[in-house]
Amino acid sequence: MTYDITIDGKNYRLDLNRAEGRWSCRLDGREVEVDAVLARPDVLSVRIGNKAYEVKYERVAGEMYLWVGSARFAAEVRDPRSLRGRARAVEDHGPKKLIAPMPGKIVRVLVSQGDEVEAGSGVLVVEAMKMQNEIKSPKKGTIQKILVSEGAAVNAGDVLAIVE
Amino acid sequence: MFKKILIANRGEIAVRIIRACHEMGIAAVAVYSDVDRASLHVRKADEAYPIGAPAASESYLNIQKILDVAARSRADAIHPGYGFLSENAKFAKACADAGVKFIGPTPAAMDAMGSKTRARQAMERAGVRFVPGTLRGLESFEQAEQVAARIGYPVMLKAAAGGGGKGMRLVHAPEELKSLLEAARSEAERSFGDSEVYIERAIVNPRHIEMQVLADEHGNTVYLGERECSLQRRHQKVLEEAPSPIVDADMRRKMGEVAVRVAQAAGYTNAGTVEFLVDQQKNFYFLEMNTRLQVEHPVTELVTGLDLVHLQIRIAAGERLPFTQDEVQIRGHAIECRIYAEDPDNNYFPSPGKITLLLAPSGPGIRRDSGMYEGWTVPMDYDPLLDKLIGYGTDRDQAIGRLTRALNEYFVAGIKANISLFRRILSDPDFRAAKMDTGFLDRLLKQKRSESPADPKAVEVGVIAAGIFAVLGSAAAGAGERPGANDAASSNPRAASNWKIAAHKEAMR
Repeated sequence: MTYDITIDGKNYRLDLNRAEGRWSCRLDGREVEVDAVLARPDVLSVRIGNKAYEVKYERVAGEMYLWVGSARFAAEVRDPRSLRGRARAVEDHGPKKLIAPMPGKIVRVLVSQGDEVEAGSGVLVVEAMKMQNEIKSPKKGTIQKILVSEGAAVNAGDVLAIVE
Repeated sequence: MFKKILIANRGEIAVRIIRACHEMGIAAVAVYSDVDRASLHVRKADEAYPIGAPAASESYLNIQKILDVAARSRADAIHPGYGFLSENAKFAKACADAGVKFIGPTPAAMDAMGSKTRARQAMERAGVRFVPGTLRGLESFEQAEQVAARIGYPVMLKAAAGGGGKGMRLVHAPEELKSLLEAARSEAERSFGDSEVYIERAIVNPRHIEMQVLADEHGNTVYLGERECSLQRRHQKVLEEAPSPIVDADMRRKMGEVAVRVAQAAGYTNAGTVEFLVDQQKNFYFLEMNTRLQVEHPVTELVTGLDLVHLQIRIAAGERLPFTQDEVQIRGHAIECRIYAEDPDNNYFPSPGKITLLLAPSGPGIRRDSGMYEGWTVPMDYDPLLDKLIGYGTDRDQAIGRLTRALNEYFVAGIKANISLFRRILSDPDFRAAKMDTGFLDRLLKQKRSESPADPKAVEVGVIAAGIFAVLGSAAAGAGERPGANDAASSNPRAASNWKIAAHKEAMR
């Protein structure tokens, strides 16, 4: 299997094969000696040479994270050969959804459809548990759509807006 | 001895009390609100009764409902835990009226110490040194001006009925006094229904050191050593330790004897805590008394070898203290971290939600008092305390080492937790040198965190592991793999299954 993987802003190409329970691995063309065992769902015990690592998998609000020890990395995995993989690659450069991280109420909408935003600029304010949380744009772009209005109640995972 | 105890609380403290009951052969009755049905405390109890809507006022604070469950379950005693009804004299009295033993002090003792102004008056009568200021609520702005001028700025305005930092205002200069007094009064009114505010000298960079006391119902009162609780954020404790690094045996004895005098002045029975502010010259001043078991009681248990909840139950059952003051020994050092479901990267915003993965630490010198479990959904209706992680060692350095090790083993997925905050605190040179005061945490949090670049080896491992997880596909899937509402895979189920089929095929090659 070949994958295009983005971690910490950088892209890598990974070739992985498993034969008789053993992994062979090529990272950006370089061969890496890997031994990996799934300890339990979402937890991988990895040996690279003789160094040992505990890697945890986490999926939150549609984003994938890997924890190597206590260090967290956001990751994206794409299969470059599949149709879906290609479509996904396009999608990653395409519109991004802003998701409600928890149940709450929209108290302010800071932008309008068509507005230009920078990565990190505030798009909406959600209130929950008596605290307000600003939802920021993940990328530089244009507000394609705002799906909620002030006063609306939202659930965790609801799409609030789309930035393209 | 009681046959059955009702625990009028929830979360980690309810679990801790249920455990004490089971250790003593006593049946435990749990109560739960609608969002707490799947809670750990319900699973551990022998009987469990629903008590209604999530809002505390409808459930855990509802005296009638709690007593109703006590009657139906025929509990002979109620343990109130901390928070909720634990310092509610009306509740304690209602228990007595209903013939159910309240595990804690009497309503009169609670009343004596519950109002901070009345407590200060009692201290004056008992000759206990307290933080200089008024003994009664301020009657007017003019009086406040005069007192402040007399004791000297900065001064602290405090709500008499207060707690948790509410109704408190620090006044640096006379010009600020009027507006801050109004603000303190209105916040006190809103939070406690009582706008009484008094004034104290604000001690510069004090340490918060509190003394555990224990009294039976036969007139025996002892102190069980102090706890240092100077690490606070917005007047909420974050990390506590026992013993205090600046208290030697002589100071402990002096503070302990004062604490016992305070407890006796209040006619106190059962477990309680006397709080002191300690200035840079190690002068200690009575601040207030907490008439309940405290969150941080485990550090005292570890350094004394005593089980405070067992002792609370035995005292309430009429037993005498099974030891004398001389037999109380302080050994070793314990540090407790309060792990909250909060996002440290987003101003400690609460982070309720489902815990999809929990790798909890254990091993030498590690104690965990927890109400959470993997698969549990943290409700947003209550204080998001997940667990208390305590490290114990023969000395402070070993306790820090063990706790640091345990924090590195600790992993929670699905929600955010403030675990990284404790790594920061424990590695801080001032903390390690025990240079702390109540301003420590604010100063630490203001420091810019140098974003160290990601370790390239760790990134490499991450890339490889990401690929391996993808290859293993659904075989590796735990709760973390379940697609979220906005996951592309779930919005296109055919694509997801094709990917999974491909992964299976690859895995079988």
